[in-house]
Amino acid sequence: MSWTWFHRLASPPYVYAFAARLTPWFAWPAALCILGGLWGGLVLAPPDYQQGDGFRILYVHAPSAWMSLMVYTTMAIAAGVGLIWRIKVAHAVAASCAPIGASFTFAALVTGALWGEPMWGTYWQWDPRLTSELVLLFLYLGYMGLRAGIEDTQRADRASAVLAVVGVVNVPIIHYSVVWWNSLHQAPSVMRLAKPTMPPSMLVPLLLMLLGFTLYFVAVLLVRLRGEVLGRERTASWIREVVSA
Amino acid sequence: MSAGASAAGTLPPTRTAGAAAPAEASAAASALEAAWLALLRDVQLAFRRRGQLVQPLAFFALVTMLFPLAISPELAQLRAVAPGVLWVAELLASLLALEFLFRDDAHDGTLEQYALSGQSLTWLMFAKTAAHWLLTGVPLALMAPLAALSLGVAPAALPGILLAVIIGSVTLSLIGSIGAALTLGLKRSGALLSLLTVPLSLPVLIFGARATQLAINGAPLLAPLELLAALAVLAITLAPLAASAAVRISLE
Amino acid sequence: MRAFFDMGGYAAFVWPAYAVTFAVVVLNVVWAQRALTHARAAARRRLSARSEGP
Repeated sequence: MSWTWFHRLASPPYVYAFAARLTPWFAWPAALCILGGLWGGLVLAPPDYQQGDGFRILYVHAPSAWMSLMVYTTMAIAAGVGLIWRIKVAHAVAASCAPIGASFTFAALVTGALWGEPMWGTYWQWDPRLTSELVLLFLYLGYMGLRAGIEDTQRADRASAVLAVVGVVNVPIIHYSVVWWNSLHQAPSVMRLAKPTMPPSMLVPLLLMLLGFTLYFVAVLLVRLRGEVLGRERTASWIREVVSA
Repeated sequence: MSAGASAAGTLPPTRTAGAAAPAEASAAASALEAAWLALLRDVQLAFRRRGQLVQPLAFFALVTMLFPLAISPELAQLRAVAPGVLWVAELLASLLALEFLFRDDAHDGTLEQYALSGQSLTWLMFAKTAAHWLLTGVPLALMAPLAALSLGVAPAALPGILLAVIIGSVTLSLIGSIGAALTLGLKRSGALLSLLTVPLSLPVLIFGARATQLAINGAPLLAPLELLAALAVLAITLAPLAASAAVRISLE
Repeated sequence: MRAFFDMGGYAAFVWPAYAVTFAVVVLNVVWAQRALTHARAAARRRLSARSEGP
C-alpha cells in the first residue's frame, strides 16, 4: 500500500496548491445544499403543530450547533495528530478550525436563545445542552487565547494542541456532569421536535442544511489552511514561486 | 536551592546496556526517588516563604465574606447559597495559588534541569503538584468548614463538606497544573490561566456543590463523592502526563 | 408574501436568528480570505527582506 498520499498531505507546498484546487468542489455544493435547505425549510416545510412557523429557527440553529461540535472534534484530532507525529500541516488545520468553531458556537447560543424565548418563555436556561454549549465557547476562546498569548508559532501550536486534546477529553465529562446535575435539580427541558418523528418535508431540508454547512466548513477551512500553512514556512523556496505569481 | 539537581546526580546509575529488566525496575525506583526528593524540596522551599502560602487562604476568606455583605446577612438565605459560594471561592483561591506552582522553578532554571535530568518528568510533575496541593489545596480545604459555619451551615454537615472539598481540591490542583504548564513564562498569564482552567474544572464544581448541598440537607452524599473521587483518579493518572508534555513544550 | 415575512407571528425571533447565522457564514468567508491575503503579503515581505539582506 502506498503511503505517498499521506506524505503529500503533510507537505506544505502540496497542501497549499491542493487546497486551492479543492475549495470550489466544496464551496459550490455547499452553496447549493444551503440554498436548497433554506428553500425547503422556509417555504416548503409545513408549520409545526405546536410551534407554528417559529420552529423554522431549527434550520439555522441545528446546523450551528452541529458545526460547533464537529469543528471542535476536527480541531482536537488535527491537534493530536500534529502533537504526536509533529506534522506542521496538522497544526495549521487545528489553528484554522478555531475561529470557525467559536463563531458558530456563538451563533448556536444566539439562535437557541431566540428560539427559547417564544417557545419556552426564556432566552436562557441552565439546562445541560445550553450550559455545555456555553462551556464549549469558553474552551474555544481559551484555545485561541493561548495561541494569541504565545509568540513563537511552534510553541503556540504545541501548547494549544495539548489544550485541545485535554479539552476534548473534558467535553463529554462536562456534558454528563451537567446532565447529572440537572437531573437531580430539575426536569431537563426536552425539545419538542424529536427527530425520528419528523416528517420528511421537515427532515430533508434539515439534512440538506447539515450537509451544506459541513461542506461549507471544509471550503472555509481550506482557505484558512492555505494562509496558516504559508505563515509556518519561513522562507522556503516554494513560497517565492507561489507568492509572486 | 540545588537540592533537587544534586540529588538527581547522586542516584545510582540506572541505564546499563543489556540489563533491561533490572534497569527498568531501578529506573522506576529512581523516578520515584527523584519525585519524592522534588516534593520534599518544594515543601522545604515553600516554608521559607510562609507568607506566600497565606495569600490564597486570605483570598478565600475574603471571597466568602463578600456574599453576606452583598446578598444578605440572613443565615437562612446564606445557607441556601452556601454550596455555590464555597466552591466558587475554592476554585478562585486555587487559581490564585497556581501562580506560584511553576513560577520560581521556571525563573531559576530548575524546571529545565528537571526536564533535562533524564528522570521521568511525569513523576516530577506529579510530585510538584502533590507538594502544591499539600501546601495550598489542603489548607484551603480545611478552611471550607469554617466558611460553611459562617454561612449558617449546621455543624453536622461539616465532615461531609470537608471530605468533598479535599477530594475536589486534588482534581483542581492537577487540572490547574496543566494550565500553569501551558502558560509558563507568559506575561500577564493570570487571566489566560483562569480561562483555560475554569472550563476544565467545571465537573468538580458541579459535583462538589451537589455533595455540599446533600451534606447540608443531611442526605447521604456517597454518589457525588464517588464521582468526585473518580474525577480525582482520572486527574491523577492523566494530568501529570499532560503537564509534563506542556512543560517540555514551554521550555523548548 | 406578507405571511412569509410574518412567520406566523414569530418574525421577531426567526429573522434575527437567520440574520445572525447568515452574518457568521459571511464573516467566516471574509475572515478566511483576508487571512490568506495577509499571509501572502507577509510572505512576500519576508522574502524581499531576506533577498535584501547580506
